[in-house]
Amino acid sequence: MIKIVFFAALREQLACAELSLNAEGVKTVGDVKQRLSDKNSQWQQTFSKASLLSAVNHDMVDDSHLVKSGDEVAFFPPVTGG
Amino acid sequence: MTSQDPFKEISIQTEDFSLADEVALLEKNNLTDGAVVTFTGRVRNNNNGNSVTSLTLEHYPGMTEKSLAKIIKQAKEQWHIGRVKVIHRIGELHIGEQIVFVGVTSKHRQDAYAANEFIMDYLKVKAPFWKKEKITNAGKTSENWLAAKSSDTDKADLWS
Repeated sequence: MIKIVFFAALREQLACAELSLNAEGVKTVGDVKQRLSDKNSQWQQTFSKASLLSAVNHDMVDDSHLVKSGDEVAFFPPVTGG
Repeated sequence: MTSQDPFKEISIQTEDFSLADEVALLEKNNLTDGAVVTFTGRVRNNNNGNSVTSLTLEHYPGMTEKSLAKIIKQAKEQWHIGRVKVIHRIGELHIGEQIVFVGVTSKHRQDAYAANEFIMDYLKVKAPFWKKEKITNAGKTSENWLAAKSSDTDKADLWS
């Protein structure tokens, strides 16, 4: 399984903080997004946003980054700290 | 400072911090560095013409510390600096309260100035924190997640 976590506005839009995704057939972060997009049109819209940021095991990555079972994949909007 | 007492560089905390205490820690048993540069960020009462009453800071535990450690490491590779301290508060913060602290020491001032600014610029675009503001407009209160500013990305890009 892959652990998926969401933060800030994204978490509120999806009304979901985390979920588990079966790793079968999932090779990259892009595949994870595709799988989540299949849920419904709202999720599809959310995961097609170019501004969406992704992290795997606490490192910011792009869509081609490889993922495997046991990884923690995070999705969140652009950061606004400081 | 001994090896049993390592300098804690990163702190993510709900509680406030004291500028004087932080400067004292940066200076304690540190006789090689002549420069101490600090930055403090506070909650201001306005944003985009709206009246702000408070901010709520959310973060991604674990990744926050990792990303800040990476930024500090980059700063140490680029400049001759001594100690670095980054404090970022989370939770609900009111007008005038301190949000963030960056302190850097170096032998001479140029390295500490530059590294301090670099750390803040990168923190703004790389560290997973998000601000939600509570605003009052025409007597009505609402809550909004802040949008990232392209000026912050442009500023951080200047270092690369």
